[in-house]
Amino acid sequence: MRRALFLLPVAIFGIMALLFVKGLTMDPKTIPSVLIDRPVPEMALAALPGRGETSGLATNDLKGRVSLVNIYGSWCIACVQEHPYLLEYKKTGLVAIHGIDWRDDPALGAAWLKKHGDPYERVGVDPAPGRAAVDFGVTGAPESFIVDKAGIIRYKHIGPISPEVWTKTLLPIIRELDKK
Amino acid sequence: MIAEIGHFALVLALCVALVQAVVPLMGANRGWASWMAVAGPASSLQFLFIAVAFGALTNAYVTSDFSVMNVAQNSHTEKPMLYKVAGVWGNHEGSLLLWITILALFGFAVTLFGRNLPPGLKSRALSVQAMISVGFLAFILLTSNPFARLEPPPMDGNGLNPMLQDPGLAFHPPMLYLGYVGFSMAFSFAIAALLEGRVDAAWARWVRPWTLAAWIFLTGGIILGSWWAYYTLGWGGWWYWDPVENASFMPWLAGTALLHSAVVVEKRDALKSWTILLAIVAFGFSLLGTFLVRSGVLTSVHAFATDPARGVFVLLLLCLAVGGSFTLYAMRAPAMKMGGLFSPISREGALLLNNVLMATGAATVLLGTLYPLIADALNLGKVSVGPPFFNAVFLPLMAPMVVVMAVGPMMAWKRGDLAGVLGRLKFAAAIALGGAMLVWFLQGGSAGPWWTGIGFALALWLGLGTLLDLAERIRLFQAPGEALGRAARLPRSSWGMVLAHLGVAVFIVGLTASSAWTTERIQSQKIGETVTVGGFGITLTGVHEVPGPNYTASRASFDISKDGSVIDVMQPEKRTYRMPPRPTTTAAIRSGLLGDLYVVIGDADPKGGYVTRLYFNPCIPWLWAGGALLVIGGLISLGDRRHRIGAPAQAATRRVAA
Repeated sequence: MRRALFLLPVAIFGIMALLFVKGLTMDPKTIPSVLIDRPVPEMALAALPGRGETSGLATNDLKGRVSLVNIYGSWCIACVQEHPYLLEYKKTGLVAIHGIDWRDDPALGAAWLKKHGDPYERVGVDPAPGRAAVDFGVTGAPESFIVDKAGIIRYKHIGPISPEVWTKTLLPIIRELDKK
Repeated sequence: MIAEIGHFALVLALCVALVQAVVPLMGANRGWASWMAVAGPASSLQFLFIAVAFGALTNAYVTSDFSVMNVAQNSHTEKPMLYKVAGVWGNHEGSLLLWITILALFGFAVTLFGRNLPPGLKSRALSVQAMISVGFLAFILLTSNPFARLEPPPMDGNGLNPMLQDPGLAFHPPMLYLGYVGFSMAFSFAIAALLEGRVDAAWARWVRPWTLAAWIFLTGGIILGSWWAYYTLGWGGWWYWDPVENASFMPWLAGTALLHSAVVVEKRDALKSWTILLAIVAFGFSLLGTFLVRSGVLTSVHAFATDPARGVFVLLLLCLAVGGSFTLYAMRAPAMKMGGLFSPISREGALLLNNVLMATGAATVLLGTLYPLIADALNLGKVSVGPPFFNAVFLPLMAPMVVVMAVGPMMAWKRGDLAGVLGRLKFAAAIALGGAMLVWFLQGGSAGPWWTGIGFALALWLGLGTLLDLAERIRLFQAPGEALGRAARLPRSSWGMVLAHLGVAVFIVGLTASSAWTTERIQSQKIGETVTVGGFGITLTGVHEVPGPNYTASRASFDISKDGSVIDVMQPEKRTYRMPPRPTTTAAIRSGLLGDLYVVIGDADPKGGYVTRLYFNPCIPWLWAGGALLVIGGLISLGDRRHRIGAPAQAATRRVAA
């Protein structure tokens, strides 16, 4: 009996550990707005200054072709990191790359593209509080969404795109969706 | 280049830690002195390497080297130097580096001060310490490298969260970590004792000062955090039972219990296996806190950017460290020799009761903290457990503890005289009762909450009981002439106890009054308009833009008047930081013995006024004073001759020499 008492701590801890294992597989915030397999939310974002009045991003612009919607901002450090790759992938012509300048001063967003290069066909501005991006289920920048020809979100990548992510994950999905 | 040196130093530290984890332990088991002797130089070398790594990261922050990703994500050239340095630990990777630096520092301290420790105990403990090091160094190197480079480097960094750009918070994490990691000392020595199968007074004499030091830092860290929350968050509160606050409070409770039970081990050679268990639990709670903050299993305002891989890694560490030690405990502790017997009515008995209540308190906090996770895991839906639960369950457990706190120190060891002690305390009981009735009368009976009387009675009982105990020890009433001399000769640990217990009494006053009688006015206030709060007239006289080093502030001016004449001007600010662009509030606080006038300025409203929040928070300074008394009591006690590290052995040598 006395021995059993000494086993109590490890037993209690064992139960806690099981709970934590389960806990790690769940997300306490469970942001339900990860709109995978749902249509792109209704939006009509204004164009970035200096890119032409009609170069904004609206829901209908994302239909007809497989497209990649990239969330960026001039304040975002990791965006600098992924940007050269986007420029490279633009050249391949495999996918239409669009941008959303999120929680940003549009003038700064435009200057940033001038400085780092502009891989986007269309860019919509979504200044603070960034309502359109929230509808998209954005949790931070950079973040990229793959949208199929029917305008349905098929994949979400959180964080900067690296060549590894591109070849292993994004490109196969894009190719697959392109066939349909 | 310097970043690479830092990275490389971490790898070297890992190699040294691996050697230190294995060689001295094997040496201790086989009785090979030369293998045991590896522990000393290894712990020094490990500390050196980790210090180099910490220095390298600090250098990257101070020089704003944005090619280091960690610096780019958390710093900014415009930031004042204090926050550049504080930025080192204001993020996941850097704070882990601080954690491990402190761990290595403690290991080094064992080598430095532990010359008189039995070699077997010392080398085993240092091996255990190194095992913890191995786990955390691997964690840093595999999942959270603070020295990762960024290509191409950005022109400027993302900046530190403005909320963290505050002197109170710059020192809050290092203090907390000194506390958390300080408990690793008691932990390592507890595991070493289990491996040796022996706990004695010498063990307790070594563990006590270190536990006390860790406890002082943890107490200071928690109080500093509460104070920061109070003046920056702008809602007049100071404790929210947030999971991360609880994560610091649970080790504090376990550590406080450990502090008291270690006394019993040292003085009476009893409660040994319980003390060992507490040592494991205190550090286990520290590790649990690390897991909760960094894994993302619970939502909290404090959570670091989370990553499932990190969560798995910390969970693994937690299971190895805590699961492993509890298993060792189950195997070895039953065989440990029982020490001196005591009757339930004795100082030991009172300390044990205090321990049981503390442990139960920690368990309820644990349950409340984990309950959202339990409910989620069992598909009972998403719940959040807030202050009502904790206040309803935790506080009633603490009330009997406070009652015992006044009785315990007056009790004799081994067999006490409860009736006699209570007889000596009847004066305190009468005043406490009278005080409760007075408080009840002053708040207008049931116009205030029912528990204010209880709170004040407990505070008076504890405060007077502690002072009576002190008076008896120095024979103030029997021989007043000699009292001063006796007071000077009283051991510092007794003074420490008296001050710390008085601190609790003072804290209870602040807690009770501030929770019961806060007045709050939230309104749109036009320039020139006066609002009355807590007997003060508060007039908004203007709002101006003021530039700061890396922010602009709207600073409001309020004239504070009492009985028609202006006595003070208060200037709260609402700051907008440039990088990252985020607003923060800085409350203006006018502290007095009776309470704080607390003024917050909000946004301008379309009708030409400003949203202002005005509070009168009674007795808030008593909370900080109580916390300060706890820390001062701890420090004085730490200065006790008997607590000086290695002192007993030195005294013995001196005697031989004489």
